[in-house]
Amino acid sequence: MSGARTVTYELGTTTVDASGQPTRTPLIVDAEPQAGTDHMLVNIGPQHPATHGVLRLVVELEGEVVVKVIPHVGYLHSGFEKLGEYRTYNQIIPLTDRNDYLAAMSNNVGLALAAEKLMGIEVTERCRVLRVIACEMARITSHLVWAGTTAIDIGAFTVFLWMFQERERVNNLIEAWTGARLTTSLTRVGGLMADIPDGWAAELRGWCERFPKTLDEVEAMLSNNGIWLGRNVDIGILSAEDAISFSLSGPMIRASGVPYDVRKDRPYLGYETYDFEVPIGEKGDCYDRYLVRMDEMRQSTRILLQALDRLPDGPINVADPRVSLPPKSRAMSDMEAMIFHFKQVMEGIAAPVGEAYAAVEGPRGELGYYFVSDGTAKPVRWRIRPPAFINLAALPKMAEGHLLSDLIAINASVDIVMGEVDR
Amino acid sequence: MSTPLSPSVAALRARFGAAVVRAEVSCGDTIVYVAPGSIHEVLAWLKDEPAERYDYLTDLTAVEYRDRERPLELVYQLWSIGRKVALRVKAELPKDGALEVGTVTDLWRGADWMEREVWDMFGIRFAGHPDLRRILMWENYSEGHPLRKDFPLRGRFSRSEQTHRALSDALEKHYSLDELSTDEAARYLPEGMRERLAGGPGA
Repeated sequence: MSGARTVTYELGTTTVDASGQPTRTPLIVDAEPQAGTDHMLVNIGPQHPATHGVLRLVVELEGEVVVKVIPHVGYLHSGFEKLGEYRTYNQIIPLTDRNDYLAAMSNNVGLALAAEKLMGIEVTERCRVLRVIACEMARITSHLVWAGTTAIDIGAFTVFLWMFQERERVNNLIEAWTGARLTTSLTRVGGLMADIPDGWAAELRGWCERFPKTLDEVEAMLSNNGIWLGRNVDIGILSAEDAISFSLSGPMIRASGVPYDVRKDRPYLGYETYDFEVPIGEKGDCYDRYLVRMDEMRQSTRILLQALDRLPDGPINVADPRVSLPPKSRAMSDMEAMIFHFKQVMEGIAAPVGEAYAAVEGPRGELGYYFVSDGTAKPVRWRIRPPAFINLAALPKMAEGHLLSDLIAINASVDIVMGEVDR
Repeated sequence: MSTPLSPSVAALRARFGAAVVRAEVSCGDTIVYVAPGSIHEVLAWLKDEPAERYDYLTDLTAVEYRDRERPLELVYQLWSIGRKVALRVKAELPKDGALEVGTVTDLWRGADWMEREVWDMFGIRFAGHPDLRRILMWENYSEGHPLRKDFPLRGRFSRSEQTHRALSDALEKHYSLDELSTDEAARYLPEGMRERLAGGPGA
């Protein structure tokens, strides 16, 4: 066609200036000189697939560039902490399932650890190893959901299918162990709800040996993929100082180069005796968070194999009749066992006066439980230290100055679960 | 408990004297009670003093006891990334006094949302907080602060009464002009609301 206008342009690429702020070369230069003076307010969510739940973002845009992000949370607020004050310690465990529903088992373990710290209970060795297995399975399932949904946000549908196929296999194992796929309620104060079934350990070992191949395939597809690099490299950079100042934890702080991992720094369940590495990022952008989470899945698989190797025989519950329910057959035939059964079911386990904070390294970061007891069977205060909520607070800092489409990628890289953000 | 107090307590006593009210150990963790007026000063010192370096604010929350006589407690969970030690700092706020302390958002940016949550759930104000709005409950929620012990588990009002109150309250009392509108969007605001917003709070 004659008279067609040719426009000089260069592809928009993000660079970072000396202070760490993103600067972007505009997509079209001088084509519309008057553009960019009006700001537009865009509401994303609360019902939007890319917000990973009921997150609402009010975004002020200048053209396509995000000037300001105001997150609104609380649409899923269920008052778990208030409810916990009216429940005994074991009755709180089902609430923790619904808190971070993508990694229910690490929530269950965290709550049991805090209650046991408060009551001064030492669990059995088999229970400790099984809890490590539970925590690492939870981390893998959660990271699989993260990888799948993030890839969808960025436009790669295949990864979603591959990751959810693996997640299905882990969920089948979780179902065989706990009877539930998501709301596991696995732990009890002083032990576990159930031991693993016969043949289960061999199945998990087989899965652990096959799983790294899927990770290899996904990495082969993504790590050097032009679209993946363009959408993730240098996007949402957070420096180590900022990550500490925002109290970030988990893959978010480690991608920024701070080697803070509760499993290494405040070991629980004997994590100091397992051989694994804590992956660290260099720049703190979305790509580093991707690399860190992918490597964490490999490390979790290593821990699972070591735990299976050392899994000892023995009881899963402590031999304290005030803490562990007696077997049903004994409760129905032995007077003393029946009294303990009755007291535990009707009154719960009384904790001494005091307070305890215990944290586990959940998939999203430091998942802490803080109990304050006045000596009764119900806590005065039950506080969840929610890693997703605290990580999400850094979203405006990361997203401002980027494109609207990058906001979606950045939000995906935070890996929020709204059940935990809103509690 | 045989665990000794954290050495930070002696250092705090030497530096701040009477502002350090008392210290105790519970389940192996050291708890330091600090006068509410000095909380910002104490936390700033703990964060920056080279021998202490509690540079990571793990959590910030509050506790109300079932005993009505006991004061509200603010709980700061500190962690030192480099030294790998924890310290719990508390401030007791008597219920008949002003439930207000200085903000620590200038020390840790992460304290922003945590302080908003404490305000939302307990009604404790943080003087100097840049944006102290409710965070989990909606802005015009008018039943008080849910984690207080005088707040009934099922809430104060029926569902229909809650909806009625939410709809009849004026939104602009709770949202800033920034949030409700930019210049462009303000054209679509309801009659009169733009003027009220421009007039600021109380207009």
